[in-house]
Amino acid sequence: MTETEFRLIPEVTPETEHFWRGGANGELVFLHCESCRNYIHPPSPVCPVCLSCELSPEPVSGRGTVATFTINHQPWNPSVPVPYVIALVEIDEQASLRLMTNIVGCDPEEVHVGMRVRVRFTQHDDVYLPLFEPDES
Amino acid sequence: MNDSIERSAVISGIGQSAIGRRLNRSDLDLTVEASLEAIGDAGLTRDDIDGIASYPGGGGALPPGFSGPGTPEVQDALRLKVGWHMGGLEGPAQLAPVINACLAVAAGLANHVLVYRTVTEATAQGSGRRGGMGLGAQDRRVRGIFQWMLPYHAYSAANWVALYAQRHMHEFGTTREQLGAIAINARRNAAGNPKAIFREPLTMEEYLNARMITTPFGLYDCDVPCDGSTAVIVSRAERAEGASPPLRVNAVGTAIRGRPTWDQWEDLTTMAMRDAAAQLWSRTELTPADVDVAELYDGFSWLTLAWLEALGFAAKGEGGPFVEGGKRIALDGELPLNTSGGQLSAGRLHGFGLLHEACVQLRGIGGDRQAGAPEVAVVAAGGGPIAGCLLLTR
Ligand SMILES: [Zn+2]
Repeated sequence: MTETEFRLIPEVTPETEHFWRGGANGELVFLHCESCRNYIHPPSPVCPVCLSCELSPEPVSGRGTVATFTINHQPWNPSVPVPYVIALVEIDEQASLRLMTNIVGCDPEEVHVGMRVRVRFTQHDDVYLPLFEPDES
Repeated sequence: MNDSIERSAVISGIGQSAIGRRLNRSDLDLTVEASLEAIGDAGLTRDDIDGIASYPGGGGALPPGFSGPGTPEVQDALRLKVGWHMGGLEGPAQLAPVINACLAVAAGLANHVLVYRTVTEATAQGSGRRGGMGLGAQDRRVRGIFQWMLPYHAYSAANWVALYAQRHMHEFGTTREQLGAIAINARRNAAGNPKAIFREPLTMEEYLNARMITTPFGLYDCDVPCDGSTAVIVSRAERAEGASPPLRVNAVGTAIRGRPTWDQWEDLTTMAMRDAAAQLWSRTELTPADVDVAELYDGFSWLTLAWLEALGFAAKGEGGPFVEGGKRIALDGELPLNTSGGQLSAGRLHGFGLLHEACVQLRGIGGDRQAGAPEVAVVAAGGGPIAGCLLLTR
């Protein structure tokens, strides 16, 4: 999927590469603690639960729930049509595993707290940005 | 109870420059105006000033008009000789330099600290230099914490705070009319403040019909960019000698115990004010029932509601019913709130307008907006991952 609108995109570093490029394989990937099985976001050199430094990238299901959202009407960026939905999505694997993202693929007015969503990616150069759409399944 | 730090410090002088939408004066010019007024108000001369502090200090990477002059510029303009100085963005929000100045005088590093906050955002944005958060930059790549927000076209604190406001509505049934009560109260109070940007009455109908910015925030839920500078003098208690009685700093709140980011704060119905407010009450024998006037940060209407809950004026989730109808928070209500019109109507002086107003109220010089004869005022600044608060007494 490509877009004509202008997006700021992250600078990919060795620490964030698994996250920003996992979408190339269709996967949402987080750092995972090999000791206590905790997922970590944003990436960090240490597990905040057990302080282990044995961490490795691990894909998740890509399914989650809208924890909260806002329908943005303000044309901050003239190349982006409004309204659009900004949301915080909690990933199924862990309650504290949360992302800011956009909800796409539906009318903004349909978005609600508790809505089930699944990931889809939009590519910008070397970055695969995780967005979410309604998950009917 | 700790009484060694806060109670060594007083606010001995206050000053404020002209406030406006397009003053076309430099940030240093405005800062000098506010600073000289504050120094004179404290009964001091510049030779007495031996400390200087500001938020956030000079910062080239910050949005245009946001930071004001750095402390070296002000020090040099006034040829101050200081024993202590600081500026910076990291700390308990916009009140950090005030709290740090209290620490400095308590520690004996200074006797009289000039603390200021200056913005020229109205001029900067009016001249087309506003780029949003990084928008229009040469480089499309984002680094640091903003990489988790800006790629989703979430450019503004309006978006980030709206996420919390929406969740608060979802969990507690908070309504737009309740948020509107905060905006309407601010506008009503602004009528008594000659320096306020917007002074005409605001009706609930106008509030509800205003264009949406980002749900649940419409235009009147968002504060007003302006130009202006505020300064206060923080003095060692025994050295204050101004004509007005020095105002005691009774307690401060600086804690942050949650994850300090916009997107990862665990409880989506509160923000960093939760921890700063709890710490404030742990450092004083006073309670919320003792507070006579509240000047609570209103960069967005919901932030004020969150502060009301965090400070214990309303139970968690009960902030909406507390402000509903506006009676309790009016000038003659049980908790006069944002008596100068706050940032929603008087202008975004970034927390320092609220601090100045708390001092005005405690001195009883508020004129048409004076809320009785308050003896205890609480001032709070910040939202998202930063928050700080002060309890002042006459
Ligand atoms: Zn672990």
